[in-house]
Amino acid sequence: MKDPFKYLDELKKSKALEPEREARFRAELAISREVAAGERQGPFPGFARGVYAWHDMAVLQDQGRVQNPYLSQMKALDELLERDRQREKDGFPRKIKVGRLIKPGKGGKGKIVVVPSTEEEKLVHDPTIRPPGEGGSTGGSGKGDEGEVIGEQKVRDTGEEPGAGPGQGEGESHEMGASAYELGRVLTEQFQLPNLKEKGKKRSFTRYVYDLTDRNRGSGQVMDKKATLRKIVETNIALGNLPDLCDIDPTRFLISPRDKVYRVFSQEKDYEPQAMVFFLRDYSGSMAGKVTELVATQHVMIYSWLLYQYAGQVESRFILHDTEAKEVPDFHTYYNSRVAGGTEVASAYKLVNEIVEKENLAADYNIYVFHGTDGDDWDTGGDKSIPELIRILSYVSRMGVTIAEHSGTQWTEVARYLENSGLLRDKPDLLRMDVMTEDAEEARVIDGIRKLIS
Amino acid sequence: MELINQHTKEIMEGCKLRARAAGLSFTDESLEYIVTNRDLIELSPKVMIPTLYDYWVHDVEVLRGKGEYELYPHNPYETVINTRPPISFYNDNNPDWLNVMIFYHVLGHIDFFQNNLYFRHTWEYDFTGQALSDKRVIAKLRAEKGRWVDYILEFARSLDNLVGYHAELSPLFASREAVCSARLNYYFDVFLQIEKKLPVGEYLKEVARYNESIAENAEEGERLFFADAVAKYPEMEAHFTRNAGAKHVERGDLLRFLVENSEFLNRDDNVWMRSVLEVVRKTSIFFQPQIRTKIMNEGWASYWHEKLFLEDDRIRGHEVDFARVHAGVTSMPRVGMNPYALGMRLMSFLKEAGDKGKTGYQFQRIADAEQRKKYDTGAGLGDEHIFRVRTNYCDYLFIKDFVDQDFTDRHDLFVTGKRLDPQRMVWQYYVKSRDAAQYRDMVLASLYHPPHIEIAPERGLDGTLYLVHHFEGKQLVQEYIANTMIGIEFLWGAPVQLETSEAVVEASRGGAGREGGEETDITWQRVVYTMKDKTLERKAL
Repeated sequence: MKDPFKYLDELKKSKALEPEREARFRAELAISREVAAGERQGPFPGFARGVYAWHDMAVLQDQGRVQNPYLSQMKALDELLERDRQREKDGFPRKIKVGRLIKPGKGGKGKIVVVPSTEEEKLVHDPTIRPPGEGGSTGGSGKGDEGEVIGEQKVRDTGEEPGAGPGQGEGESHEMGASAYELGRVLTEQFQLPNLKEKGKKRSFTRYVYDLTDRNRGSGQVMDKKATLRKIVETNIALGNLPDLCDIDPTRFLISPRDKVYRVFSQEKDYEPQAMVFFLRDYSGSMAGKVTELVATQHVMIYSWLLYQYAGQVESRFILHDTEAKEVPDFHTYYNSRVAGGTEVASAYKLVNEIVEKENLAADYNIYVFHGTDGDDWDTGGDKSIPELIRILSYVSRMGVTIAEHSGTQWTEVARYLENSGLLRDKPDLLRMDVMTEDAEEARVIDGIRKLIS
Repeated sequence: MELINQHTKEIMEGCKLRARAAGLSFTDESLEYIVTNRDLIELSPKVMIPTLYDYWVHDVEVLRGKGEYELYPHNPYETVINTRPPISFYNDNNPDWLNVMIFYHVLGHIDFFQNNLYFRHTWEYDFTGQALSDKRVIAKLRAEKGRWVDYILEFARSLDNLVGYHAELSPLFASREAVCSARLNYYFDVFLQIEKKLPVGEYLKEVARYNESIAENAEEGERLFFADAVAKYPEMEAHFTRNAGAKHVERGDLLRFLVENSEFLNRDDNVWMRSVLEVVRKTSIFFQPQIRTKIMNEGWASYWHEKLFLEDDRIRGHEVDFARVHAGVTSMPRVGMNPYALGMRLMSFLKEAGDKGKTGYQFQRIADAEQRKKYDTGAGLGDEHIFRVRTNYCDYLFIKDFVDQDFTDRHDLFVTGKRLDPQRMVWQYYVKSRDAAQYRDMVLASLYHPPHIEIAPERGLDGTLYLVHHFEGKQLVQEYIANTMIGIEFLWGAPVQLETSEAVVEASRGGAGREGGEETDITWQRVVYTMKDKTLERKAL
């Protein structure tokens, strides 16, 4: 990883930066928008744990929080969604959230756990408002003089944050089945997301392999000894040739030619994945908090929806970027990573192009690219991004850019240069953009998906 | 759920005998249940009350992000609940010695529930019984009104932290002699303070004058006193008569205010909603003392389980097992807060202070650290002291009164800070302060404290309900305001306004380079939210 400060200096030298923008970039590097539950563990996991987090069952009887398994069943989810639609008819905002709580286990692609969830809003104090650079305080005990540093934790650390959802970061602990495919079904049916349009570009890749799988009696390539013996015994019992089952003498077996079972070569269908989805996410400092959650939520939903549309034949790739892009192996890492670097969208687009080229993906796949960002880009005017973007548009089936604006900002850098490039207008089939505010509700997120994919 | 077996129950009864002998006091009966994971799934959303009303949210994962413990002040995994008889819950595979330890811990809690005055309002009835009847009321209403019951439950629950717990508690302690005439109450509580806005000095003079006249003439004193008062303020009688007609208007307890004053809830069709509000309110008030005594309650229980376990002759040979579990429960974390550890140390500290006679003014006057350390009058009043604290204190007072420099020094306590080092881009954890006062403030700031929201009916125009959030250094969680206010608007039947303060974080721009660091400050701005026809508007004042 290159030093973002050096990068910023280079940027300043090569281009005249407005002081206001430069200040904003600097602020982004020193950002400290804290997410209460999302505070990373660091050297002292107890730091953010108040007195009320302790309870007898855990402390004395070693009984942790028990997950509620009821609603991992989709039937119950349907009921809940029905209830939610009724709410809307009755004039109250929806309350069930489907996508917010995706906690995929590490490594297990597609094993996305859908936990319907809700929030009980009250008027309560917000403990997270504090001056930037200030991380709060708690108790401590033991040695150390006043002012002495007793532990450190990198800000620019791609480590994981414990999730804000149930399971508290341990995704493995409650894999209760409801898969992304199911979520896709729910989204398609319940939220009336559109079905995928049959497009010329969509190719069905069915190829055949040959294997010794079929069985044939009497003749063939390889004898299946176990099945043959079974047949022989059957025949001999039928013939009354086996008077005592406890004392079998195989030399006395009568063997019919039809008893011999062979395996033969046969044609087997082998499906190639039909779609390849690239998920790109800005994980720079400014992305902390709600913005990330929104983007990740939307991406999970898109992924689920595609999975359903392609009947499971979807592969996904996850790319994170700040001023540099990198590919991460699974959604878990994708969802949970955070750094405090700057932002350069072009790096991610470039990486996508590289991957596609290197693996020759464009020939075999329907490629989808979805990019989530807060709209900030140090690359003024999209000088670097737009050329990369045009390359992407040459092979994708759809590219969707989600911009989750921080409250107070409007008309962000990315939105501006996408609009100015004219690509949105010229290629509406290929490129879509959706701009929402960071406090968007789930319904808005789903609406956004409709915008991106329809 | 099934009861523990006879063998284990016998152990429990043995524990009770020993705990009583040590001075704890509690009711004779108690119920102990074995719980499985399945039971816990059902119990924990119902805050371990088996008979709590049903509500669909109990079956869903509830997001607990910001301010989790402000949102859910009742701990869902308590081992013992404050009912009559008290009910406690156990895993089915605890060895006997561990059960002995847990039983003592549980008995500590029961003693605390039944003797601490902040629980005074829960002493006269069995909450599981009440909850059961409430559950039936709600089930019956649900059969009639369907989903609307759940909407009302939802709206009521969104306000259940704004209940007048202290107002509920205080009349229980009013002595009989303190009963005064309505005229006297009006004169001193309303007329002089609100109508006349008398300075404190003159107000006290008036109180002294009243006491004098009562002392001179017990029978006629009040009449004579008012004869003089009316001479001074001729309008007093007229005000009093006018005021006597007006009923007292609730200002602190929003749920109660809505039950008493909402026109909407007063309609024949909607009267049933009041019962739902009452159920939610009663439930909330029942749980209020629990969160306000977390450190004390756990400290008290841990103090006694340690003391009684070690004295128990039945479990010889398990001292090492005990030490491991006990240390896990009550060790002070290097960084972080542990209510068991903090509370237990403070209790032991107070016990020692009582034994050495360090509780009086005599001791407090001594400034010399060495002398303070050596001070010992041999008073031997430790037990008496901690029992008095157990009866009369809540967490706030417990921390505020007793965490002093002697205590923090003894246990090497400090405030841990976390700050950003912008040069190296690391979060640093550092020893922020070893000053007891700062430690105390840090603990106090972390205690449960619902926002102080006052109902100001005189400020609402055209039937609007006006709420004032008295700012105490923390803003409200903004995302929650809209949905909460939709509920209030529905229950009130007219628009609702909420006045509150919000942070304006401005990073100083320009000039501040990499080395300079960011000079930032939070400024607060007063804003008014208006909820009208389910749309929220925000206006800066």
